Amino acid sequence: MKILIVDDFSTMRRIIKNLLRDLGFTNTAEADDGTTALPMLKSGSFDFLVTDWNMPGMSGIDLLRAVRADDRLKHLPVLMVTAEAKRDQIIEAAQAGVNGYVVKPFTAQVLKEKIEKIFERVNG
Amino acid sequence: MTQADQSLAEFEATLRAHAPQLIESLQQGRFDEATQMFNELNQARNHGLYQEVGKLTRELHNAIVKLEMDTCATGGDPSPITDATDRLSYVVEMTEKAANRTMDLVEESAPLVNFVSYEAQSLTADWQRFMRRDMNAEQFRDLVKRIDHFLQRSMNDGSQLSQNLSEIMLAQDFQDLTGQVIKRVTRLITELESNLLNLVLMAGQVDRVAGIQHDREAMRLEQETKKQEKQPSNGEGPQMHADIREDVVSGQDDVDDLLSSLGF
Repeated sequence: MKILIVDDFSTMRRIIKNLLRDLGFTNTAEADDGTTALPMLKSGSFDFLVTDWNMPGMSGIDLLRAVRADDRLKHLPVLMVTAEAKRDQIIEAAQAGVNGYVVKPFTAQVLKEKIEKIFERVNG
Repeated sequence: MTQADQSLAEFEATLRAHAPQLIESLQQGRFDEATQMFNELNQARNHGLYQEVGKLTRELHNAIVKLEMDTCATGGDPSPITDATDRLSYVVEMTEKAANRTMDLVEESAPLVNFVSYEAQSLTADWQRFMRRDMNAEQFRDLVKRIDHFLQRSMNDGSQLSQNLSEIMLAQDFQDLTGQVIKRVTRLITELESNLLNLVLMAGQVDRVAGIQHDREAMRLEQETKKQEKQPSNGEGPQMHADIREDVVSGQDDVDDLLSSLGF
C-alpha cells in the first residue's frame, strides 16, 4: 500500500508519516503542494491520498477535483486532513468526492478510524 | 461658521466691492477690464478652496509619513509591514525547528522504551518457568545473564530517556520567543490600523472640500459580490471561535455528524 501525504507544512507531513507508520503503513511519499502532488499521483501508482486543504499553489480541494476528473485516478481513496472547519467547506469536499474528512487538531485514534473506515468501504 | 460659509462670505464681500466697476465696464464695452475683474472675482472665490486643499495635502503628507511607507523619509529602513512579515517568518521558522527537534527526541526515545517493554515480556516467560521450577541449571545461568544484561540496559536507557525528556521540555522554549514577537507584531498592526483610519478620515474631508458624496454602502456591496465571485472556496485557516460560530464545526464529532446527516 503506497500512500501520498500532501501538506505545505513539513512538520505536519512528518506527524502524519509517523502515525501511518505506527499503523503499519511504511510505504509513504510526500509532496508539499497540489501542483507537485498531481504529477506524482499520475505516474506513481499510489493507493491512497492524504491531503491538506490550504496550500499555496493548488489547494487540496482542487487536487481532489483533479483526481476525480482523471480516468486513471478517479477511484483513488482520498482523506482530507485539514484545519478548515466551516460547514460549507466540509459539504463541498464531500460533494467533490472526498472519502474522509479529519479536522486539525486530531488524534491518532481518529486518523486510524477514518483510514480503516475508508478501506472497509473500498474493499466491501 | 464653517470654512465653506467663510469662503462664501468673503466672495460676497469681494463681489460687492467690484460690482459697480464691473457694471460700468460692461456697459462701456471695456471687455478686457471686465474680464480682468471676473478673473479677480474667480480667484477670490477659489481662495478659500485653495487654502483648504493646502491644509488637506499637508495633513495627508503627515499621515503618509506616520505610516512610514515612504522609504525616502525613513532613510531606506524596512516599512512596518516588512518588519512584521519578517518577524512572523521568524515565528514560523522557530516553531518548525522546535517541532522537529521535539519529534527527533521522541523518535530517539521510542526504541528505548520499546526495548525495555519487549525484553521484559520475553524475560517474564522464562521467569515464570523458573518460578514453576521448570528450568535446569544451565538455563537458569543463561536467564541470570539475560536479567543482568536487562538491568544494565534498563539503567542506561532510563537515564538516556530522562535526558531526552528534559531536552523535550527545553525545546518548548520557542513559545517565549515567538510569543514576544507575536505581541510586537500585534502592536505594529494596531498602530497601522490607527494610521490608516486617519487616512480614511482625510478621504472624508477631501470629499467634503470637493463637494462629492460617495455611497460607501453601495461600494462595499460591490466589493463583496466581486469577492464572492472570484474565490468561493478560499480557505480560512484554523477557526478561532468555533464554539460560538454557527457555520463552523466544533470538532471531529461534529464533522462526522454533519457528513452522516447528509448521507456521506
